[in-house]
Amino acid sequence: MEILHPPVCGAGGEPRLGRMRSEPVVQVHALVKRYGTKTAVDGLDLVARAGVTAVLGPNGAGKTTTVETCEGYRRPDSGTVRVLGLDPVRQARELHPRIGVMLQSGGVYSGARADEMLRHVAKLHAHPLDVDALIERLGLGGCGRTTYRRLSGGQQQRLALAMAVVGRPELVFLDEPTAGLDPQARRGTWDLVRDLRADGVSVILTTHYMDEAEQLADDVAIIDGGRVIAQGTPEELCRGGAENTLRFMGRPGLDVGSLLKALPADCSAAELTPGSYRVVGKVNPQLLATVTSWCAQHGVMPEKISVERHTLEDVFLELTGKELRA
Amino acid sequence: MTATGMYTPKPGAAPLGRMIATQAVLETKMLLRNGEQLLLTVVIPTLVLVLFSSVDIIDTDEGKAVDFLTPGVLALAVMSTAFTGQAIATGFERRYGVLKRLASSPLPRWGLMTAKTASVLVTEFLQVILLTVIAFALGWSPHGNPLSVLLLLILGTAAFSGLGLLMAGTLKAEATLAAANLVFLLLLVGGAVMVPLSKFPSGAQDVLGLLPITALSDGLRDVLQHGAGVPWGDLGILAVWAVAGLALAGRFFRWE
Repeated sequence: MEILHPPVCGAGGEPRLGRMRSEPVVQVHALVKRYGTKTAVDGLDLVARAGVTAVLGPNGAGKTTTVETCEGYRRPDSGTVRVLGLDPVRQARELHPRIGVMLQSGGVYSGARADEMLRHVAKLHAHPLDVDALIERLGLGGCGRTTYRRLSGGQQQRLALAMAVVGRPELVFLDEPTAGLDPQARRGTWDLVRDLRADGVSVILTTHYMDEAEQLADDVAIIDGGRVIAQGTPEELCRGGAENTLRFMGRPGLDVGSLLKALPADCSAAELTPGSYRVVGKVNPQLLATVTSWCAQHGVMPEKISVERHTLEDVFLELTGKELRA
Repeated sequence: MTATGMYTPKPGAAPLGRMIATQAVLETKMLLRNGEQLLLTVVIPTLVLVLFSSVDIIDTDEGKAVDFLTPGVLALAVMSTAFTGQAIATGFERRYGVLKRLASSPLPRWGLMTAKTASVLVTEFLQVILLTVIAFALGWSPHGNPLSVLLLLILGTAAFSGLGLLMAGTLKAEATLAAANLVFLLLLVGGAVMVPLSKFPSGAQDVLGLLPITALSDGLRDVLQHGAGVPWGDLGILAVWAVAGLALAGRFFRWE
């Protein structure tokens, strides 16, 4: 695991959408933000490029403060923030038409209907999306004449999401877009994020759901204590540090030294308890084939063979010593 | 995941005039849809006018009751919309993140404030139409220069808007709700709306005379009931309140 200060994006990752060449959509350098005596953001560096960037961290890590500084809501106490090359506070008039914002909650007149509010936000833009198509796409058609305060939590979230994209922005900020949603609604939101990405819209999303980051993000920045403690593609982050693990059961007392010779140099192998074997290394189809063919040569039937992939959850735990949703 | 082209970026702000107009229309719709707001802006002024014109409860000095009451009720209408209604609505918009969300939209903040003002003026226009129609039906016979009336209404709106926004932008939404209603009630009674200032002790009169509601009621009454020219004194009081209120609101208003 590399600890990146300042972070470098995408090194060695699979090429995606030419993002290596693209200009950063967000550049945060040495950002500090305090509320009274509490330091919410403490010298944070973050570079986000085209595609989907997940800002991952536990509650109180500084995610929302960082994103809201990018949106122009907060002035940095020190450090610099550039979004699409612009200063979010001084150049707000230029920046705001180009970004879409989904707040963590609220943002709608309590007496407004969903379609009314969405049409209103659309009218503030020069080339908005077709509102009816968007309502259809997000399943908001059933809201009818219901006012905002009487919509379900899921409907309110989807309306906020629709309001963030209706102006056809280049960059969308989603602050915990699936918090509190049921699984089906979550998938709907994920599909929309994937569609945005496919159509060339960049997305910065904060989340404390690991699977969300793994599913959606080209790039993940892990935040803790107001700093970015690691950044990279999900694959890079999961590959580093503790290696992936392959386990199998066989008869006790196999010649582990012989197995080790058959494996690539950077692997290790051990008999943990009699008959229970563990191989640690870069687990790929080739390694699996090597292990099973060594077993075949030695007349061993590997049982309960399993591959454990390192998840972002493990990475987070290793980096911070904390559960993400603690 | 396939590129549909549906979301292909094509950003841009709508023309400024269109943004402000659409915002003003929405603000007005929200206000007219809100039952509590209609109670303040329509029902109470109408009741005061109808009830106290037809039933001889209060001593309105010389002349017909409706001639005394209508200027006061017009002042009350301005206060209910520009101060009470605007303070409560804006307080809750702030609380529910509406102001915050709009602050990152292409509409600039001053554009939002302009739209709010336009919405207040449209609502007041509707109130004045309604109340004058009712007053005429009750036998009202106004005097004076309409331009003086317009000037008083506009300065009164500015004064009450400044105070309403100052309250909405600094207090919690619930505190704004309570305080704005309390102030409405106190000024309704003590601000020469339906009780002549001469009924109060002379020491109280001096203080009450400096309130924006008193200046607006008395100014309108001087013109509409007594046919006075330009009530400079009352306009001056309103101008001071307007400048102070708007300046303080501009300085201390918090958007979230």
